[in-house]
Amino acid sequence: MSNAAVTAATSSRATAADKSALARLGEAFVGRLVILIPYLWLVFFFLVPFVIVFKISLSQTAIAIPPYTPVLGFGDGLAGFFAQLNELSIDNYTWLTQDALYVNAYVTSVIVAAISTVLTLLVGYPIAYGMARAPAMLRPTLLMLVILPFWTSFLIRVYAWIGILKPEGLLNQLLLATGVVSQPLIILNTYTAIFIGIVYSYLPFMVLPLYSSLEKMDYSLIEAAKDLGCPPTSAFWKITFPLSLPGVIAGCLLVFIPAVGEFVIPDLLGGSQTLMIGKTLWNEFFANRDWPVSSAVAVILLLLLIVPIMLFQRAQARAQEQDK
Amino acid sequence: MNPTWSRFNITSIVLGFAFLYLPIVLLVVFSFNESKLVTVWGGFSTKWYVSLFHNQGLMDATWVTARVAVISATVATLLGTLAALTLTRYTRFKGRTLFSGMVFAPLVMPEVITGLSLLLLFVAVGLDRGFVTVTLAHITLTMCFVAVVVQSRLITFDRSLEEAAMDLGAPPVKTFFQITLPVIMPAIVSGWMLAFTLSLDDLVIASFTSGPGATTLPMKIYSQVRLGVTPEINAACTILIAVVAVGVIIASLANKRREVQRQRDEQAAQRG
Repeated sequence: MSNAAVTAATSSRATAADKSALARLGEAFVGRLVILIPYLWLVFFFLVPFVIVFKISLSQTAIAIPPYTPVLGFGDGLAGFFAQLNELSIDNYTWLTQDALYVNAYVTSVIVAAISTVLTLLVGYPIAYGMARAPAMLRPTLLMLVILPFWTSFLIRVYAWIGILKPEGLLNQLLLATGVVSQPLIILNTYTAIFIGIVYSYLPFMVLPLYSSLEKMDYSLIEAAKDLGCPPTSAFWKITFPLSLPGVIAGCLLVFIPAVGEFVIPDLLGGSQTLMIGKTLWNEFFANRDWPVSSAVAVILLLLLIVPIMLFQRAQARAQEQDK
Repeated sequence: MNPTWSRFNITSIVLGFAFLYLPIVLLVVFSFNESKLVTVWGGFSTKWYVSLFHNQGLMDATWVTARVAVISATVATLLGTLAALTLTRYTRFKGRTLFSGMVFAPLVMPEVITGLSLLLLFVAVGLDRGFVTVTLAHITLTMCFVAVVVQSRLITFDRSLEEAAMDLGAPPVKTFFQITLPVIMPAIVSGWMLAFTLSLDDLVIASFTSGPGATTLPMKIYSQVRLGVTPEINAACTILIAVVAVGVIIASLANKRREVQRQRDEQAAQRG
């Protein structure tokens, strides 16, 4: 039923006509508020902070509280504003692009995140596929079991791997006892440990979108392919995989984007030998207390991720349209 | 045609779940270890739990974390539900693309960026870092998760129910509270729980936005983990896991009961 019809129905009741006009005004006001409250909150706490980060990335480090030279305030009037405009500098950015450490950290982070994303997809796909093919009665339980680790602390789950991967840890004890290796494997504080950590922590993010697109799939398509003599492997690549592509894309973006800027995993499992940009930003901020440089690091990281983030948002919007 | 559940499918599920759960199980098991070495079994003991309760720093941090989590989850649920309503009900208004961008982007934004930018905001407006700033930061992060959870329920919501209520003369606000809200309530509850656990969990954003006197439990755990793995931390983690697991199980049982009740009502309605 359309809105116009509802309005017509209400206004037909002559006695309530005045009240309904007032009510409509109130309704419009409430509708405005519903939009405005979360909108303003996000503008102030999500959008404005990025502007500030950008602003401070153009300033200089100073021994002061807060530790940077003030930039672009209107405190000194318009003349002061223009005077400060001259003091803005892109020194932090030139420094970042010239210092091999930062360039390395960016490149390594993207590569590590990309490899981890592919590994997570390889591990997650068979799980999601198995879940989608499970008897319908079992599926809610399986789904619950995938979501449950997500509810338990991220930090704790990463921490749990330290005890497993240590040279004298549980994995090495097992491998030595069964005679698979004669020397303990060095896994902790290497990139391998980071891969394991990311795959483990982000696995539910991959499995859930994969499962939801695989579950919707019409299995009679596979039956038809089989009847027409198509071998199972090529049926998978020609039918199942293309149909699960929206899930693959959503899952990969959900893993890749946060993994590039990941801090906890490289810090706890990667040790000092590994280089990733989230850790660099953290150290720049907490150890060196260099706010302008860490802001510049954040701006470049954001620029790197802006395209994947927009892709993610479009994928979300499209999924929402389909659900309607 | 019913899809077949092959041996391959079953194996991949079993291996997958073993991978997901084994580390957590090992962590819990070793929290009951007599030996101080976390990886060598020295007999059953609960002494680490006892020493945990005598660790004042850890207890203080737990108290701070619990308060931050309850307040931020509650505010975030309110804001997130409004955001979800905006996304599903108001398809046309100025700046809608920006709005949906601001709701979805924090879900994937690296935490170091969110943490740093919020800290710089708090410094710029002259807000002292501490309890309030951590809470504000957590509200901002978790309201987006709440919005997504509630939104997915609103999309599948049968709007003819609302229209029926309004045809019968119920004003929109009343319709919302009597029809819409009860239907989306399960999603709002799970949104609150998600917001609560995310806040309970967060290390990076809290580290940036917190100040002296407002050390949260993850910050405390992190600083001790850096010094080495100890059974006491295992015990603290086990308690956290138990709290969350009990909460999730209770919520899902309640959800299931409500679902069964609803189906029964529907069947009764069809018969009647």
